[in-house]
Amino acid sequence: MAVTIHIPGALRPYVGGSGAVDVEAPTVSQALAELTRTHERLRPHLFQEDGRLRSFVNVYVNERDIRDLAREATPLQPGDEVTIVPSIAGGATARPS
Amino acid sequence: MRIERSVLEAIRAVAERAYPHEGCGLLVGDAGPDGEAFVRRHLPVDNQSVEQGTSRNRYLIAPGDFLKAERAVTGEGLQIVGIYHSHPEAPAKPSAYDREHAWPWYRYLIVSVSRGTAGEARAWELVDDRSEFVEHTVAVEDSN
Repeated sequence: MAVTIHIPGALRPYVGGSGAVDVEAPTVSQALAELTRTHERLRPHLFQEDGRLRSFVNVYVNERDIRDLAREATPLQPGDEVTIVPSIAGGATARPS
Repeated sequence: MRIERSVLEAIRAVAERAYPHEGCGLLVGDAGPDGEAFVRRHLPVDNQSVEQGTSRNRYLIAPGDFLKAERAVTGEGLQIVGIYHSHPEAPAKPSAYDREHAWPWYRYLIVSVSRGTAGEARAWELVDDRSEFVEHTVAVEDSN
């Protein structure tokens, strides 16, 4: 039985328009790896070039932020709901005043 | 990008009220089969950068606020089609910081504010390889 990854609107064009993708994976890290293996164009929007998750990409497992769990090593059980949630950030200049 | 006139005016008012800080919120509407976004309303969201003391040239929408909004508008048959924010005393063009943190597909509406008065509003979209923004025309429409 798979886990379900919920995809925010901004990324749905990269998964054929779907709001959710099912993958078989024992951890969050492996679930995201499987997601980007099958949908390669997602990768630059989720991961930095060094392979780390971008800082404004948040991942929840069953409504809990993985930063409060074991981060990307958070284990998954069949039927778990993984949700990718954007932080939205920006601003007029490169340096905070 | 199409937007109702009353919505654009309300967004400009948010930008003016937030001055000299950045104001921000979400663009809610729908997207046609050709990908064109139609903004039917907006949701102002607290700028979390206020707590960090950087809100004169930063905005931050917390993930919890975003998720709550996305679920609410989806229940109404609409979707979040973009984000708006203001640039106090700066042009309505994305900064390098905007690009670094941008999501694809969303329209980014930026309102320039000078001396407390909202100026031009321009819409932008990040390209697939994250190298730059392309500009979209802002087509203002009167409600029927």
